[in-house]
Amino acid sequence: MVYLTRIEHFNAAHRLFNPNWTLDKNESVFGKCANKNWHGHNFELAVTIKGMPDPDTGFIFDAKKLSVIIRDRVVDKLDHRNLNLDVDFLRDKMCSIENLVLGIWKEIAPALPAFVKLHCIKLIETPHINVEYYGE
Amino acid sequence: MANKVAVHRKEHFNAAHRLANPTWTDAENARVFGKCALPHYHGHNYELIVKVSGFPDPATGYVIDMKLLSDLIQREIVERFDHRNLNLDTLEFASLNPTAENIAIVIFDLLRPHLENKLDLQIRLYETPRNFVEYPA
Repeated sequence: MVYLTRIEHFNAAHRLFNPNWTLDKNESVFGKCANKNWHGHNFELAVTIKGMPDPDTGFIFDAKKLSVIIRDRVVDKLDHRNLNLDVDFLRDKMCSIENLVLGIWKEIAPALPAFVKLHCIKLIETPHINVEYYGE
Repeated sequence: MANKVAVHRKEHFNAAHRLANPTWTDAENARVFGKCALPHYHGHNYELIVKVSGFPDPATGYVIDMKLLSDLIQREIVERFDHRNLNLDTLEFASLNPTAENIAIVIFDLLRPHLENKLDLQIRLYETPRNFVEYPA
């Protein structure tokens, strides 16, 4: 099995805040991440597909086409946006990167051709924090 | 011959911002600043490299104690800007467009008074891995 990863990036604002909790509880659980005026990150998004190379092209799937799918389905919706306010698939959800990676999987998986298997979505929030989802 | 040495300290802060000139129309801001002017803000992991140059002290071997430099940057810069909205939460950008250029100048002006005159200071600020500014140029 060969794994192909395409990396894209987007810059976005967000905050971690549970509207059912008091301000004090939000600050005690989320700390600075609860700032009501948001903060932001340069997010890096790594989408990994798996398969065996096609004998004619040598590709599992054309990485340029994969980039177009990622941009159309995810990056164009998230880049230079406010994840809490502007993103349809995060509405009414806590805006953590855990929920973001789940939402991104659901956006990308149906957009891939049937012969392409999505293996992993990795989302890097900072050099110290990232999440991975394998579709389980 | 005395040896001049530059020491660098790297820190980071994560912040939201948007770019806009308040005296322009929305259309003009969108034309000039593009997506950076979107109204709900966006954000960056800013990486800050503070360069201090001078001659190592003969007694310590230091140009500057890096722990003191780190504490200074944390106190004057990171605590002001980290996990903040630069446009809404900071005095420095209440009426100054928070471009990387202006942020670098503000950071320089915040640190300069706390460093001895014999030391040179330069700020390098990465807004993204591909875009960074330096001040003074």
